Amino acid sequence: MKKLRTDLVLIGEWIEEGSHVLDLGCGDGTLLAHLRETHRVTGYGLEIDDENIVRCIKNNINVIHTDLNEGLSEFADQSFDYVVMTQAIQTIRRPDELLLEMLRVGREVIITFPSFGHWKARFSLFFKGMMPVSRALPSDWYDTENIHLCTLKDFERLCRKKWIEILERAVVNIDHRTTTTMKLLPNLFGEIALYRLRRRT
Amino acid sequence: MPDILPPDSVGLVSPQTYQFNTPLSLVCGRTLPNYQIVYETYGKLNERRNNAVLICHALSGDHHAAGFYSMQDKKPGWWDTCIGPGKPIDTNRFFVVCLNNLGSCRGSSGPTSINPDTNKPYGPDFPIITVRDWVRSQARLGDVLGITQWAAVIGGSLGGMQALQWAIDYPKHLRHSIVIAGASKLSAQNIAFNEVARQAIMSDPEFHAGHYYQHQVVPRQGLMLARMLGHITYLSDESMRQKFGRELREGKLNFGFDVEFQVESYLRHQGRSFVDRFDANTYLLMTKVLDYFDPANEYGNNLSKALAGVQAKCLVVSFTSDWRFPPTRSREIVKALLDNKKTVTYAEVKASEGHDAFLMTIPHYIQVFQAYMQQIDIPGGN
Repeated sequence: MKKLRTDLVLIGEWIEEGSHVLDLGCGDGTLLAHLRETHRVTGYGLEIDDENIVRCIKNNINVIHTDLNEGLSEFADQSFDYVVMTQAIQTIRRPDELLLEMLRVGREVIITFPSFGHWKARFSLFFKGMMPVSRALPSDWYDTENIHLCTLKDFERLCRKKWIEILERAVVNIDHRTTTTMKLLPNLFGEIALYRLRRRT
Repeated sequence: MPDILPPDSVGLVSPQTYQFNTPLSLVCGRTLPNYQIVYETYGKLNERRNNAVLICHALSGDHHAAGFYSMQDKKPGWWDTCIGPGKPIDTNRFFVVCLNNLGSCRGSSGPTSINPDTNKPYGPDFPIITVRDWVRSQARLGDVLGITQWAAVIGGSLGGMQALQWAIDYPKHLRHSIVIAGASKLSAQNIAFNEVARQAIMSDPEFHAGHYYQHQVVPRQGLMLARMLGHITYLSDESMRQKFGRELREGKLNFGFDVEFQVESYLRHQGRSFVDRFDANTYLLMTKVLDYFDPANEYGNNLSKALAGVQAKCLVVSFTSDWRFPPTRSREIVKALLDNKKTVTYAEVKASEGHDAFLMTIPHYIQVFQAYMQQIDIPGGN
């Protein structure tokens, strides 16, 4: 078995044994397959890409063809223990609405995204005067799928505004390692942010 | 047609017939005292008898799903694209059974069969069948063949409805249910199309209230119109544009009412050739089977409740340009399965071919189908 991305391993640490999980933008189903093996989770992956859907089927993952921009109307309130979305929220037309949908459907939400507040992104915009292109954000401004980029601060502001409680946060770099500088100044040094959320009661 | 049989063909096949003498009581309240079922099989049933796959046919289909009857055959069975060695329904792994449904005119008992009470063809007196009746009769054939649990029950369109009904009625007797281009019930628009088709047949002067056999005629015109109408709904605006556009047969307008556009000629041909192989009473009956299908009805119109007992793993597939049973209808089935936390996979295939897409070799569709079939477990292997 190939080595798992560190953010996916971290997500595994946040998820309880035997949970029911919905994975938004599940790709080839790697995360769900990992969680099924290590945590006996059940659940579904949502995906829109044809090739990924076939890969999921080959990986024996329950995959549902879904356009996440259409919301999660097929899923009942609080029908999952966790709703997970790894590095896809920035591609969604209305991330705020989808985030609330995720919290409606799941008891907890786990979300990861590339941080636009990373110092390299800031450096590129400040000194070069150009939109950043990096390992975490490899596309040019005109052909990128990432239409709603944000920083950790931006994201946490949205959470406050929408009455979302942050239960846990982690930051890693593109190699999915955490360094001391990241721990001290996450908004400046974190390349990828991970959050565990729930609705504030 | 084939000089040599393609290597991925099931080859030369022949239908078999089984006579059932145990009465079958039907949902409509009537009973068939005895009846026959004609069917074909491809591949080998393994020792554990757990590699059998049941194929359910759609409105005008039959038991001849794959292979050729003779080297002179122009065309193979209706789903030959998906059944054969190395194809999605791989006959190297699976033992495939396809039967002709009751009420049909293709070999199993139906309106054209002799009514033992009158010694005349049943005609319109053949009982109105339902999908549930079909599933029961299919289960009985399974018993005859020694199959207690199907690896999968598979169908497209009306066939998909049977696959769904199987999962509801016999939860323990199938491991997978594959519903392609299906729906959990017909919409008002669907029923409306069926009603126009029925009216076309019944208003034909040769219909004779369904007893046309005794007059040695067939309601050709009506059945032809019904088929032409149906055919339009199986295609899409896009596929008709691609296939025919506004092409003229003679390259010019003739300012008359004869066939001028290619699409007119195509539809008439489809209608005419259908009349030669299909029976009008059967067509009426099949459209009724469609109209009546609604498994949620007895659960307070709650499909989630209807599917609560499903144990089979499900694959649901729809096609974007299918406006007869569009993706939204498949999603209703998916939602009901999700509500019950059932094992389900759903693929929405981009296709311009309309409802007929389920019979075509659309790459993503075939990949999904093949990948799904390959991961079906056959305990003990074969």
